[in-house]
Amino acid sequence: MAGLIARRARKQRLFRWVVLATLGVFFVLPLIAMVEFSTRDPQTWPLLVDWPQLSERYPDLADGIVASLLQAALTALLMLVLLVPTAVWVRLRLPRLRRLVEFICLLPLSIPAIVLVVGLAPVYAWLNYFLGGSSLTLVFAYTILVLPYAYRAIDAGLSAIDVKTLAEAARSLGASWPTVMGRVVLPNIRSAVLSAAFLTVALVLGEYTIASLLSRTNLQVAIVYLGKSSATTSVAVSLTALLLAFVLLLLLSLLGGRRSRKVVPPPVPSAVAKESTP
Amino acid sequence: MAKRPRLRGATSLLATVPFFAYVTVFLIIPTLVVVIGAFAGNEGGASLDNVKALGNAYILEAFGRSVALSAISALVGAVLGALLAYALVTARPDGVLRRVVTAAAGVLAQFGGVTLAFAFLATIGLSGFVTVWLQDTFDINLYANGVWLFELPGLTLVYTYFQIPLMVIVFLPALDGIRPQWREATESLGGTTWQYWTRVAGPLLAPAFLGSFLLLFANAFSAYATAAALVSQGSPLVPLQIRTALTSEVLLGQQNLGKAMALGMVVVVSIVMALYALLQRRTARWLG
Repeated sequence: MAGLIARRARKQRLFRWVVLATLGVFFVLPLIAMVEFSTRDPQTWPLLVDWPQLSERYPDLADGIVASLLQAALTALLMLVLLVPTAVWVRLRLPRLRRLVEFICLLPLSIPAIVLVVGLAPVYAWLNYFLGGSSLTLVFAYTILVLPYAYRAIDAGLSAIDVKTLAEAARSLGASWPTVMGRVVLPNIRSAVLSAAFLTVALVLGEYTIASLLSRTNLQVAIVYLGKSSATTSVAVSLTALLLAFVLLLLLSLLGGRRSRKVVPPPVPSAVAKESTP
Repeated sequence: MAKRPRLRGATSLLATVPFFAYVTVFLIIPTLVVVIGAFAGNEGGASLDNVKALGNAYILEAFGRSVALSAISALVGAVLGALLAYALVTARPDGVLRRVVTAAAGVLAQFGGVTLAFAFLATIGLSGFVTVWLQDTFDINLYANGVWLFELPGLTLVYTYFQIPLMVIVFLPALDGIRPQWREATESLGGTTWQYWTRVAGPLLAPAFLGSFLLLFANAFSAYATAAALVSQGSPLVPLQIRTALTSEVLLGQQNLGKAMALGMVVVVSIVMALYALLQRRTARWLG
């Protein structure tokens, strides 16, 4: 029996490394290719770091970068303002509405972005009339797009704490509802809020469908436009955007890991546990 | 006094008004625009013309190609992703390897769209890294039989890049539900490895595998940006047909055809996701 188990462990190790090596090549190769491709012209990368020169040579790209960053920040803000109070309120006072809110928040998952654009076109035609055709109006559509991901993050955060007891304790001590939200609930779901915000930023920075079809600009639209004239620069910008998204999402997964460890209390004092985990 | 609870209920509801108003304008109304628009004539009034126009050969072909692309990329992604997930399960559960690969899969599954298209252009585009390298070192021309990167075979390859990591994420929990005791039980009853996989683990994992396949299918079926950035000529897929309908709707007098195609997409995705939810419930019961 022991021999069998040892033989199986060896076989599994071989299988593991063959699979990992093969797929590893497949996944790393495009990233290496992007590095190689974008360094063919030695002037590409210095240009990307030099903002004044970049915005002079590729004004569309500079506009796209600024638009995307503003969109990401505003979408995260609007998402939080809209979702956090509603999610907390529904949990506390309107538990019967919870299923409905959850259904609505997860609805965008089964509506492809390309379909949403078709329906959004008339809404945006009307919005143009009031707010003009600024790229920042995309924030309204993006907030819908990130709703499922943000809702899941915030709902998980709220499930991990006892919102009702916290709110009742605060209320019985004379706190107003805004104080309960801002100073009691919000600090307790900090990491969930941060997760939702990171996801939002990563998703907005990668969005192309809605921006291009509603004829507005953002980073991705600018990359495609630039790809027609200067492939090297557009690959370099793609790589930068990608690395930024990677960093954001990796931070997110680290954050998630820390939160799940906190939910299950460690048997040793937390200070010791923190030092023993790499 | 009797009035107070109802009054409180009303004021409680008031606090949710901003949320519901917002989703009405930017989610519910757009959805209704698609559904109602698909059944509306170009001069107003109800009409089945747009839905009937879905039967046109070029639209049916686009749907066929979209389904084929989604099915093949989902199948390849599901099989390779399942192998990778199994490789992870055989590693130490709290080891570095598993943590790193799961984190990477989480990131790569989100990596779609324009940047992915450009990554593959840099890799196997006409002057891409691999294309040039193969040509220079082995004198192999990747595109001897035509440039396939911008057609279905190329799109399938590119889609696989985000399908495999997604499969790892959704299939790993099911594999974790398999208990080593079941294998030991099979062995103590004289079963072989083959019998274990075909009679015990296989049937147990089948609902999870099928469900994950469906999720991958829906994922590929709804994807637009990757295809849009790669394919600039013609509209082989449904999302690209919708792009054409949206950008030239005034010209053709077919304002609502795009909406009918969009509705078609929603119907396909909804059916697939409903089946997924069904299989997910079965998985939770068996491997939860």
